[in-house]
Amino acid sequence: MSEARATILRQVLWNRLISVVEEQAQTLIRTSFSPVTRDAGDLSAGVFTTDGRMIAQAVTGTPGHVNSMARSVGHFLRAIPAADLRPGDVVISNDPWIGTGHLNDFVIVSPVFRAGRLIAFFACTSHLVDVGGIGIGFDARDVYQEGIRIPVLRFMCEGRVDPAVEAIIRANVRFPDEVIGEILSLVAANHGGGQALLRMCAEFGLDSIDDLAGFVFERSAEGMRNAIAALPPGTYHNSMRVDLIGDPITITAALTVGEGAIRVEFGGELAPSSRGINVPYCYTEAYAAFGVRCVVGPDIPNNHASLGAVAISAPEGSILNARFPAPVISRHILGHMMADIVLGCLAQAAPGRVPAEHSGTLWNLRLGRYGAAGGREDGGGARFTVLCFHSGGGGARPAQDGLAATAYPSGVQAIPVEVSEKSAPIRYRRRALRRDSGGPGRLRGGLGQIIEVEAREGAPMEVGAAFQRVKTPARGRQGGQEGAPGVVRLASGRPIQATGRQVVPAGDALIVETPGGGGFGDPAARDPALVAADLRAGRISAAAARAAYRVALTDAGEVDEAETARLRGAPR
Amino acid sequence: MIRIATDIGGTFTDIVLDDNGRLSTLKVLTTPEAPERAVVEGVARILAAAAIAPGAVGLFLHGTTLATNAVIERRGARTALVATAGFEDTVEIGREHRYDQYNLYLERPAPLVPPALRFGVAERVDVDGGVATPLVEAEIARIVAQVEQAGAQSVAVCLLHSYANPAHERRLGAALAARLPGVSVSLSCDISPVIGEFERSSTTCANAYVQPAVAAYLGRMETALAAAGIAAPILVMLSEGALASVAAAARFPVRLVESGPAGGAMLAAAVARRIGCERLLSFDMGGTTAKICLIEDGRPQFETMFEADRIYRFRKGSGLPLRIPVVDLVEIGAGGGSIARTDAALRLHVGPESAGSVPGPAAYGRGGTRPTVTDADLLLGRIVPERFAGGAIRLDRGHAARAAAEAVGAPLGLPPPADAAAIAELVEENMAGAARTHGAEKGRDLAAYTLLAFGGAAGLHAAPMAARLGIAEIIVPPNAGVGSAVGFLVAPAAFSIRRTVFAPLAALDQGTTDTLWREMAAEARAIVATAGAAQAPAAASAGGVESWAVDLRYAGQGTDITIPLDRAAWWASGEPLAAHLARLFEAEYVRRFARERTNVAIEITAWSLTLELPQPEAERLLDAPAAGAGHAAPSLRPLYDLASDRVEQAMMRERGSLRAGETITGPALIVEDHTSVLVPRGWSAHADAAGFLVLRRAGGATEARP
Repeated sequence: MSEARATILRQVLWNRLISVVEEQAQTLIRTSFSPVTRDAGDLSAGVFTTDGRMIAQAVTGTPGHVNSMARSVGHFLRAIPAADLRPGDVVISNDPWIGTGHLNDFVIVSPVFRAGRLIAFFACTSHLVDVGGIGIGFDARDVYQEGIRIPVLRFMCEGRVDPAVEAIIRANVRFPDEVIGEILSLVAANHGGGQALLRMCAEFGLDSIDDLAGFVFERSAEGMRNAIAALPPGTYHNSMRVDLIGDPITITAALTVGEGAIRVEFGGELAPSSRGINVPYCYTEAYAAFGVRCVVGPDIPNNHASLGAVAISAPEGSILNARFPAPVISRHILGHMMADIVLGCLAQAAPGRVPAEHSGTLWNLRLGRYGAAGGREDGGGARFTVLCFHSGGGGARPAQDGLAATAYPSGVQAIPVEVSEKSAPIRYRRRALRRDSGGPGRLRGGLGQIIEVEAREGAPMEVGAAFQRVKTPARGRQGGQEGAPGVVRLASGRPIQATGRQVVPAGDALIVETPGGGGFGDPAARDPALVAADLRAGRISAAAARAAYRVALTDAGEVDEAETARLRGAPR
Repeated sequence: MIRIATDIGGTFTDIVLDDNGRLSTLKVLTTPEAPERAVVEGVARILAAAAIAPGAVGLFLHGTTLATNAVIERRGARTALVATAGFEDTVEIGREHRYDQYNLYLERPAPLVPPALRFGVAERVDVDGGVATPLVEAEIARIVAQVEQAGAQSVAVCLLHSYANPAHERRLGAALAARLPGVSVSLSCDISPVIGEFERSSTTCANAYVQPAVAAYLGRMETALAAAGIAAPILVMLSEGALASVAAAARFPVRLVESGPAGGAMLAAAVARRIGCERLLSFDMGGTTAKICLIEDGRPQFETMFEADRIYRFRKGSGLPLRIPVVDLVEIGAGGGSIARTDAALRLHVGPESAGSVPGPAAYGRGGTRPTVTDADLLLGRIVPERFAGGAIRLDRGHAARAAAEAVGAPLGLPPPADAAAIAELVEENMAGAARTHGAEKGRDLAAYTLLAFGGAAGLHAAPMAARLGIAEIIVPPNAGVGSAVGFLVAPAAFSIRRTVFAPLAALDQGTTDTLWREMAAEARAIVATAGAAQAPAAASAGGVESWAVDLRYAGQGTDITIPLDRAAWWASGEPLAAHLARLFEAEYVRRFARERTNVAIEITAWSLTLELPQPEAERLLDAPAAGAGHAAPSLRPLYDLASDRVEQAMMRERGSLRAGETITGPALIVEDHTSVLVPRGWSAHADAAGFLVLRRAGGATEARP
């Protein structure tokens, strides 16, 4: 084959490999039993070399699996050497330190053989509806209380499900059919990916994909080197206050742009928690690296080499590098904040490219009624559990307003109200954009939303509250102001906390006002016509137009030029 | 019957005259400000050329991008939305997600109805259809007054759970219609009675938004045609590949958005039936996009969701969701104008960005400096410059070579013409990849399919793409350049209805189901009757063919599988309906996902019905012999061979000069006015009596076609 042909072929194959993992992820979405997986996109899928290095990964809804997934196959191979695997074997684990940070995420790894020889691994993971344990919220005191933990072992041996493994899983979860169904979906996704890879090998006459992997790694590493070289070298510091639970903590980050690599070191008040909000390193690394990659080489696909150009570190045993058996079930609460902390460093290296702070951690409504059905202490009503994803506003961008009610860094999507009401006996009373919640700025932060929800049967329900940015709102950048902090309350006015498992009494309703994104630039420099348009659309109040933006409007909603000039000219 | 089909596209309006089976075609420039003008002028020309009096035309078939353009350009009516109080922002909040994970700068499409025109009504229906908050008369009066005061020309009503209980929507709709006679009213329970408030609202708003414009346009078209002496009934092409009356189209204008591509799919379906091909892969490649569609047993498949106005043209999730029946086709950004570039990791990309017609490919010499697929085709010898676009555009090899060398050759270290070959191969891989993924989603292995290639660029890439899919036979039909309009001529009068129904299969009640079936059938018959009577009175009176389907899934899953239900076969089986459906579902599930069934209960999520009146013209039309044969002598020209990475001398033949029954072997190029057909080494091309070209790969299936 000529050198030119070989070059073209490698380009075609790289492309094909990316479509193979997308196909794998689509199979998973279509067969999934987990609303979190299929509607929200909380899954990942990838193909690996025989020594466990990731060559390609599907782009899905969750950055939390980015690096964690890439590392998982290596962990699996340390437990079961590749040489011990046979065609048709499928390996499983949900160990938070091996997989993607909490027990709900099951990782499935399947070897692919061609002509009797191992050529690759496929791995995928998704969020299962239930793993036993004490259920919603972060109240477990160690990982044992959080549910069943499956070490790395074979779920299938040479094409047959191990009945003992299946029986143990079934006996330890609340929805055994759905859980086993979901695991079989993961198995099917890997199988589909493997078949597609084998078709590719047959079409191009490949006995191995090692050369292709080498090419992908080399190109990706070089791409990352170039992207990093475009940033001014140096160390950039940022610190951010995070609500967490109880009192806010301060987290610091030092991001160093070095020779061909970016290094981030976390520090600050990192004492571990006795609740399930500790973050295994794999998850800290995933969200921090994701924040970096949104700015540095965003179009370079994820693989062993591109991820290797970004190194993340956090003190061993800290809340950002939790040690077994710390409880970790709600590791996303803090984990989701990693992206914004890192972006704050990068804003100094690349000021025109980084948005103001986002509202961050999802405002998920985890609702349920847990006791065994009809329990006297639970006030009657059917047992249920439901997880509704909701978000606050996005930070204003250097040339665009922030997005209203949009998840970041998580990429999940909200489940329609009608669908959530079908899956659980709840009723939304309201879901509307929240006026004046976007941080004022030359570019306005995105709006949060107001959501009001009640139990349909007039019985009490529980909420596993884990709401962030109530005490520490999203900050603005370059003169932009902060977004409105989040608010959690009950319709009755009775007290409720932003974090912790609590009861919403019968007949009452939970109201959450999700935080807004930070503003970008001086609000007094915002085009008055945009301020008037925001007022007409109900995104801001007349009072905010005057106080924050220094724009005066006539009764008809038009800009009062003279008064605006006076307001803006006045000393502050 | 003498029939005319017209398809209004962005640049050209295609007109096809069917004079009792003899086809003639015409392309005229579209007149965007009054699209009916180009139609009427073009029709007059084509009739004059055929010496046919306007009064002799018996049927007029029409497809238009008007609805799509009104949405994309935000030129629709001043539209109000009435929503359940507290949910007025649903259309703006959407699904709260980012469709592009690593992009910090993405935007979402603006809602069609701005906040000031969104009104909340105090009422609430629960998921089971029960009323939690009654809708009182005073509230209806208040809403009517608000809509009137806002000066809305059209109003969309979308209340929570109206698919389960439409009573509140109907009362509001009746009041709005009665008290605001000039205002169009679209109710979500009519337009899209399916669960999911954001998608249902979005669909209903889009319908309301385009309704006044589409209704007015169709009215003008009727008047203009009448003035030109054409009194024939008009039928309009819907996105589901069905012809509908003007009245039905004006009521459900949102269903027009994909009428052109649907026409192409109907052509493919008719070709499949004509040649007796059970498994056909339709491949339509033009200047900007390629469309891929599976045709099985002479029918395309259907999808229940479409996205209009994608901010990123091909990025799923970046557009306005429309829950309407559409022909299930994959559209990807791969066409002659698709631009090639390398990214930061020196990965080669081709498309979806397109050079369009301005500046166009580098070879046009109109300022385009980035290499496109057309440039690559020119450099590889697949395009004959003097024949390109009928000679209307001069192509410059130098510009093309420079662009390819700079953007692809230099960064990847590829000498010419391998740089151009890389572009062609990548675009072919992208299209093959999209087809492969689509096939995988349906559990189909495409190697057993025949490829049908039409559209300006399809013939240039069909054989290499087919080879990637393991496909051994390609059909290139005549009149491929006006494929959509020809598709209108072979499409049936039909209408589809879908209803959300949640029920565990185990609890399926036959009585309730029978009632639902009767209601759906009556609704479909009422809508199809007019169109059917116009198209083929005999077939219409026979009552048409009902195709029933049911959406099923394992309880807890989010993706349904649509299972066709042959009711006659079910009755014959003697099985209870639930058991029968369970058997069909489990078999299909295993086939798609190669996975044993689970213990989880099966549930029904929706019923759908397509009522179709047979189209007697379809078969006959494609038997028409090819138009006048050309005369040019064979010649030799240089053509790049991918497999050997060499330029070799290939046979060049004029398509019109091929004799019926003649076979030529590759490497060869068969040229015609608007395109060429590449016959690579290892392939042969056979011309049949009806003007079809059949390409076969050596060693592939050699099954004879009639």
